Amino acid sequence: MRIFKHPILDFPKKKVIHFQFDGVEFSGVEGDTIASALYANGIKKLSESVERHRARGLYCAIGNCSSCYMTVDHIPNIKTCVTPLSEGMIVESQIGKGVIR
Amino acid sequence: MTNKELIIVGGGPAGLAAAYTAAQTGCHVLLIDRNPQMGGQLIKQTHKFFGSEKQFAKTRGLNIAKKLISDVETCSDRIEIICDATVVGLYADQVVNVLHNEKYYKYHFDALIIATGAGEKMLAFENNDLPGIYGAGAVQTLMNLYGVLPGQNIVMVGSGNIGLIVSYQLIQAGVHVKALLEAAPKIGGYKVHASKLRRLGVDILTQTTIQRAIGNGCVNQIETIELDDSWKPIKGTEKLIDVDAVCIAVGLSPLYQLLAMGGAELKYVPELGGMVPIVDGLHQTTINNIFVAGDVAGVEEASSAIVEGYLSGLAAAAKIGYQQPDYQKSIADYQQQLKNLRSGPFGAKIRAGLKKVEAKTNA
Amino acid sequence: MLDKTGVATPEQVKSRFPQPEQLLKPKAIIECYEDIPCNPCSTSCPFHAIEIGDDINNQPQLNVDLCTGCGICVTSCPGLAIMTAEIRNNLAIFKIPYEFLPYPEPNSIWNGVNRDGKVICDANIVKVLLTNKQDKTVLVTVSVDKKYLYDFVTVRNKNE
Repeated sequence: MRIFKHPILDFPKKKVIHFQFDGVEFSGVEGDTIASALYANGIKKLSESVERHRARGLYCAIGNCSSCYMTVDHIPNIKTCVTPLSEGMIVESQIGKGVIR
Repeated sequence: MTNKELIIVGGGPAGLAAAYTAAQTGCHVLLIDRNPQMGGQLIKQTHKFFGSEKQFAKTRGLNIAKKLISDVETCSDRIEIICDATVVGLYADQVVNVLHNEKYYKYHFDALIIATGAGEKMLAFENNDLPGIYGAGAVQTLMNLYGVLPGQNIVMVGSGNIGLIVSYQLIQAGVHVKALLEAAPKIGGYKVHASKLRRLGVDILTQTTIQRAIGNGCVNQIETIELDDSWKPIKGTEKLIDVDAVCIAVGLSPLYQLLAMGGAELKYVPELGGMVPIVDGLHQTTINNIFVAGDVAGVEEASSAIVEGYLSGLAAAAKIGYQQPDYQKSIADYQQQLKNLRSGPFGAKIRAGLKKVEAKTNA
Repeated sequence: MLDKTGVATPEQVKSRFPQPEQLLKPKAIIECYEDIPCNPCSTSCPFHAIEIGDDINNQPQLNVDLCTGCGICVTSCPGLAIMTAEIRNNLAIFKIPYEFLPYPEPNSIWNGVNRDGKVICDANIVKVLLTNKQDKTVLVTVSVDKKYLYDFVTVRNKNE
């Protein structure tokens, strides 16, 4: 869910950016990170933990904690909480350690 | 390898303030930040700040960030800024290694100020790794920077100033704060913040903590439990609360890793949030010409970080030959400001912590 | 109580009110009950009615005679801990800080809320002021029955 009205901050309408998450089309806006766009779409489970396959979402949102790693444009272990969203990105849940192709 | 006079790591309140005072002396500064924009956590602070005019009291944090950034921009002939750049190495021969746009750059420095700030602490409880459980800073980032709600129904864990302030910000954004939990018998932060929440109808539950989170793929319920006077859970006081988000605000710990890599002497000081460098009165670490400013030297309010930045900027510049005629007077003023900010009952912990890290060379 | 719940005791609250006869003109009610490093109330007051002194951790002291109840401190206090109060006939009239959407509309009836977050009365919105200087903290003038003088603290939309 996005905030449209706020007593202190302005959230002007921004350009829409299209991307794919696990094969499904989604959209975010300019200024989003990959994770913020997914959360705005109600997606909180980003990946699974390496060994026990527990659900992983974002925890720190500033690139400290590694909880938000995903595979982006076929590159694994991308910190999606600080990586800007861009048009046409292919974002995938990462199961395991990821594979470098 | 390029030589730089003064390199500052971190463009939050401390780093920006340091860059400004250093540049005022004529010193050339390279300011490095790993984020796409300067300002650190200040850019998400929507509340008006405490302190006095010298620390921009009654100005909202995001506007303090704008002011500090514009101050730095007025010195663009002496301050070079690189954003999206992470300092990944600090070596004994006064060299840092910087990762920027997938390339490494090496810089030699005459003086270095480390102003890397602090990171959020985690709390141990069952299923604390479920998505929907966030640090308070993450919630602020999502809401105030990206305009995305972390959830609709949230429980806050921790009643320090961050927990209290972020709860209020959540309500401003339209989120229902179902309760605020505090394990201690008393509210940790300023009571004015707590009163603001209480009159909005938020239950502040002291001697209560989160025991476990419940959910499949995302948190949808939590179980709270009351604690007795010796902090032991009281059986039978468990309660379930439906939530779609939980916010953990149990404190911050300094991001000391670069200092450790450089070999600065560190000490574990719980009052300051964790591992902190031993420093002298001018915030120089045990490594010659390496200074610190802000939360990396001990977690405090941003107001103190700004003043520490001003002080360290001047001190580091002076150390490499840029000493102003009124240097002693300015340093004394900043030291007095810090003393004022820390002199009340809320500063007691900080005062105790700082005593433990004062370098022996001071004596 | 304040330490545990965030709610000041009735004695604490009353200690911040001047005598009723002094409230025939609006006066600042400063609910800052602990020593915290902060002084914008004092520096913002154009009448020098709020004294903190050199140690910014001191609690503000109000000089009731100098206070005009203008409300500048109300929107300057970072803790939103100040309002003004005035007694006019059967009404207690307050100026309170407000930072939520939607803003109250003048001449509408909102819920009056006490320090414990409970709805206690109807509150008539008299005036809603927002200037650049207030920096997005709205100053709402509101009147309630005089008997809620020591209980009323804020307003809440009837729909909430």
